[in-house]
Order: sequence, then C-alpha cells, then structure tokens
Amino acid sequence: MKLELDHVGKAVGAEHHIRDVSLTLERGSLNVLLGPTLSGKTSLMRLMAGLDAPTSGRIVLGGQDVTGVPVQRRSVAMVYQQFINYPSLSVYENIASPLRVAGLKRAEIEARVREAVDLLKLGPYLDRKPLNLSGGQQQRTAIARALVKRADLVLLDEPLANLDYKLREELREELPRIFAASGAIFVYATTEPQEALLLGGNTATLSQGRVTQFGPTPQVYRRPQDLISAQVFSDPPLNTLQATKRGGTVSLSTGGEARAGGAFASAPDGTYTVGFRAHHLSLDPLSPEAIALPATVSVSEIAGSESFVHLDVGRHRFVALVPGVRRLEPGTRIVAHLDPARVFLFDQGGAMAAPPLAQAA
Amino acid sequence: MARISLDRLAHSYRPDPQGPQDYALKEVHHVWSQGGAYALLGPSGCGKTTLLNIISGLVRPTRGRILFDERDVTDLPTEARNIAQVFQFPVVYDTMTVRENLAFPLKNRGVPRETTARRVEEIAALLGLNPVLGRKARNLTADMKQKISLGRGLVRPDVAAILFDEPLTVIDPHLKWQLRSTLKELHRTLDLTMIYVTHDQTEALTFADKVVVMHDGAVVQTGTPEELFARPAHTFVGHFIGSPGMNVLPAWVEGRTAFVEGQAIALEHAYPALPQGQRIELGIRPEFVRLAPGGTGLPVRVRRVDDIGRARIARVEMAGRPLAASVPEALDLIGEEASLVLDPHHIHIYADGHIVAGEAAR
Repeated sequence: MKLELDHVGKAVGAEHHIRDVSLTLERGSLNVLLGPTLSGKTSLMRLMAGLDAPTSGRIVLGGQDVTGVPVQRRSVAMVYQQFINYPSLSVYENIASPLRVAGLKRAEIEARVREAVDLLKLGPYLDRKPLNLSGGQQQRTAIARALVKRADLVLLDEPLANLDYKLREELREELPRIFAASGAIFVYATTEPQEALLLGGNTATLSQGRVTQFGPTPQVYRRPQDLISAQVFSDPPLNTLQATKRGGTVSLSTGGEARAGGAFASAPDGTYTVGFRAHHLSLDPLSPEAIALPATVSVSEIAGSESFVHLDVGRHRFVALVPGVRRLEPGTRIVAHLDPARVFLFDQGGAMAAPPLAQAA
Repeated sequence: MARISLDRLAHSYRPDPQGPQDYALKEVHHVWSQGGAYALLGPSGCGKTTLLNIISGLVRPTRGRILFDERDVTDLPTEARNIAQVFQFPVVYDTMTVRENLAFPLKNRGVPRETTARRVEEIAALLGLNPVLGRKARNLTADMKQKISLGRGLVRPDVAAILFDEPLTVIDPHLKWQLRSTLKELHRTLDLTMIYVTHDQTEALTFADKVVVMHDGAVVQTGTPEELFARPAHTFVGHFIGSPGMNVLPAWVEGRTAFVEGQAIALEHAYPALPQGQRIELGIRPEFVRLAPGGTGLPVRVRRVDDIGRARIARVEMAGRPLAASVPEALDLIGEEASLVLDPHHIHIYADGHIVAGEAAR
C-alpha cells in the first residue's frame, strides 16, 4: 500500500493552491509536510484525503487511481489542530465511535479501543467526558479515534499546535513510536522545523503550493537542494549574504573580503547566495578559517543555556545562536565569526551550487 | 509608567473558598519595578491568566490589593488603569485602514486631530507600520495585525504598562523572531513595564529580564533566565524549563555522595541538613550529563539518540529510569551499552521538590 501523487495541482479560479506535486509515500512511513502558513500543507492534505479533487494530475492509492474519489469512499483518518471530540460521549465511546458506525462486532471494538488506549496512555480517563480532560488528553483521544479505524492513510494537520509547550514535547516524543506500531501511511503537517527534526521520518518542504524537496528528514535538513528549502527548514531564520568568488578571494555583501576557504575552496568563480544557520555564526573564532564579520549588536535574547544574538552586519541582520549567557548591550560592536566549511552556497537561481561539506549544517 | 505591586493577592473562583485547593491563585506577594520586562510562565491551569486578569482589572481578587505606584487600583475597571493589552488573536478592525485602526482609541477620547496624526505616525514608526498605514487591515498577515493591536494599545500617551497574553501563538516561526525583537526594541525605547504571559519557555526567557514561573496556582520561582536554568529552585522549574527538561532521580545522600539506584554519584557539597522523611531527589540538566563509551562512568542503556539539528540528545536508561544526556560531536556509539559522566558542579539536591543548599567543602 503506497500513496502516489502524480503531478497533482489544485487551482481555484486564477489562484494555484497546489502546483505540480509529485510524491510517493510508503506504507508504514511518517511524512512531515513542513512549511509556513499558506504554503499549501492543508490544501495538499485535503487532496490526499479526497476532501477536495485535484484540478490536474492523478492520485493513486495502493495501485488504484482514486483521483476524484470522495473521502467517504476512502480509507482515511484525520486529526486537526482543534481538538475535535463528541462532548457528550465518554473517552471510550469517542474512540469507539467510528467502529460503531462501521458496524463492527462488540468484541472487535473492545479489542481495538483497548489497543489504542494503551498506546496513547488513556487508560485512567476512559469514563471521562472530553471537556474534563486537559488539552493533551483531548488530543490523545482524537488521535486514538483516528488510529482505531486502521485507515490506510492518517493525516494530522498541526495536531500539537494548540497544546502547551511541554505537553507538545511529551506527545512529540511518543508519536514516532505510535506511528511505527500502526503501519499506516502518516502525513503530519507543521510550521516548525524543530518538530520535523524530532519526528524524523521523511520531510517535504513546502513553499507557495509547491513541494521544494522531499527525502529523509535529516538529509533534507543537512542537504537542502535549494535556498527556499533551506529557508523553510531553518529556525531561527536562515542567515543569508551575497558573495563573489574570484580566485582565492571572496568579496562579501557585508563589506570586506575573505580567503576562499571551506565551501568556497572548490566552488567555481562567480556570485553566490551564502546561507548559514544561526548556530554556525559564532562570537568566538572557533576555526582558523573563520571569516570575521564586524557587527553591531541589535538585541540579545538569553534562553537559559544559550543566547540568541541579533547582529547588524553592513545592511544585513543576522541571528547567532551561541552557547551560554551572552548579555550584550544593543549597540555593542563585536566581531562575529563564520566558519566557511559550514555554509551553503546557492547559485543566482537559488539552486545548491556546491554540495555542503561533510560536517556542514 | 508604573511600578506594579501585588500585595498578598489570592483568588478563588468559588464563592466560599475553604482550603488552598480552592484557590486558582495562591497568595502572591511581589513588586514589579517600573520599566521591567516580566514573563509569567507556566502550563495551562497554573494561574497565570488569572493573575494577568487581576492586573488588567478583568478579575477582582478574593484577597489582597494591587497597586500601580502608590495608587490602589484593586477596584478600578480596566479602562481606568491605563494599560495596553495584546491578546492571542489580534484585535483589529478589518475594514479600517491601519492608520484608522491606530487612531481609533484617540478619536474615541476626543483627542485633537493633529495630535492624533502625530502620535499615530510615531507609533507606526516604532512598529515598522509606516509602509502599510494607508492599507486596509483585512489583507495583512497575522504578525502585522498583531503589531496593529499593540499599536492601538500604545497610541494613548498615558500607558502605564503593556500586558501580553500569548501574543505569538498564531504567528509563524519565522515571523516570531522579528516580532520578538520588535518587542525587545520597543521595551528599550519606551521604558514601559511589560508583562508577558506564555506557556512557551523560549518566549518567556528571551523576552523577560525576570521570569515568574507558576505551577498549580503558586509562584514557584522568580528569576533571571540564567538563574532558572542554572539553579532551578523547584523540580517543576527544572522540568518545565529546558528541552528536554532536567533529569530528576530519586536519591539518598550520604556525606558527599548521592546514591541513585545503587550507583554512587560524587557531589560537590555535603547536605547534612536534609529534612527527615521527605522525598529526596537529585537533579541535573541534560546539558551537564555527557554520554561516554561504556566503562567510564555510570552504566546505562541507550534507547535512542535524537538529532535536533544543532545537537544530539541521547535517551538512556539507568536501572530502568529514563534520562536525557548530551552526545559529544566526536562520539560514535556502537550498540546500547554506554555510560554517563555527570558534572558535579551542576548537580542539585531537592527535598519534596524544593532545592536544598549544600554545605561548602571544608
């Protein structure tokens, strides 16, 4: 059983919500759709579910063309950002409801509900009504209801977005195990790069209705194939500057020149967009090759064990994520250091120009 | 501008509260200095929103008083308190232009047109809204709308404090960064007391000079982000702040050694004054627990290693107890057997959840 999207598009009037998406999602896999609001995550899920029909392309599930087949006739379960449960039913009955609708035997219902309840640790709450549960328990109930159907395809649209930070952390940790135990095709939408990394599986980065890259999550994170994928998969936002390489020297849009080390060493002469993540900009010269960037502190934010230092470098604004507490007054002049072995080089069209060095990102 | 004093405040939503369990907010006694940036941090139901509503005047406390400078405002309605509020969802008139939205609170108070126009320009400049002043609010992004909400609160000249209730919830991660630095810059420029309610530790720690951590209706610790990280006063603070949170393990202490599941762990201090009959625990953050090859430290079984991009975190088990540890970049693990090295300087001892000070070595 696999789900194939073959050049799928969705236009509403003159607006293209989804453009030319081709994806193959395998049975038992977890697939993260990562992108900002309005990048097309929900639209794409609605097409996968059959809630909407594509205006171009084909959707094939388990070898069968299901393009245009409505959701009722597909084996799909969905979990939404808002916790959706029946308020008048107990947790047990909420989870059992799709099985009762399907007319399963009592013993089978009991067995399936118990299995889902164990997996989601809902045992102590079976007799409660959803409104007497915490947000985390309500969402667990909704997830359990999605699982008991044993649908081929389970779609989760930002399921943790309405939960407290710590609860989110807890559920996020359990989800991969829950998914692995089920064997369905899971699709999980999120706006948060960190969430994608923690969930693992595969990630598709989305931007403006297009899937810009799809592959194993750590690989998409470490080897983005273009600038937009790297931007979608960076939080804090990806820092960028322009650099022109000529022979052994690069001149930088931040002002100044540097020796063409690291990723620049093997790149042909030309102009590049240099992308680097916040934790690769340092306030200490950690590598002998590091490029020194004279900077002015704009804001420093202390996050306990680490600090986010916002820097003005020429006309650029960068974020550096540095270990420890660095309380720097706004306006302080410092030197930031960029290890050229850890940068991405993109050509003027935004495509990855040189594969990043091994330890990059 | 105001110093805000919470004078033995407590609140119960019940008409006849009996014991502490009936209080959504247990007694709080604090003074927040004029111009400070504070965060109220805690999970749903911890009482942070109740406290915020008392400050804003939406809730009248069951007990205690609230003072802005010397003025007792306990019985004053929200309108009379000169505070600006920003909520989770932007409060914006979609059909008005950004300029009209910003001018609205002044127009309502009959402020002269020229004064209003000048003030709107000032606030728009502060928030980076000048380029969109003439546009209808409807089609703007969530972060822009949130700036308008903030601007409408700030446009009045007599604002004493700004209260934020989870203001970044509906904002995408990329834009959160910008909006957060805007708030920081604003705080510096305007010298206003700011109070920010959130369940998100990153938002609280990065925004505030002082973070007030709440749990179960009570303040469990007030401190700078460094203090909360380095020396959590309560195991709840250790757990709630940090991703993953602090490792907390049942222990017993003898001299300068702690025993966890029969394993001896060296301590920097002795704890002769540990209270009898209380639950004793050892706490250490994953940042200070290093995974090492088997045989060099406390024996553990590695369950998995999470790659969080800029670091790797090992989930291990020590005699069946789960722990999180940091994985050095150079370490390549083979198999499940490994060990942990704990930095004694960062080990804390807790009795019934509260930190116990150690005795310096002689």
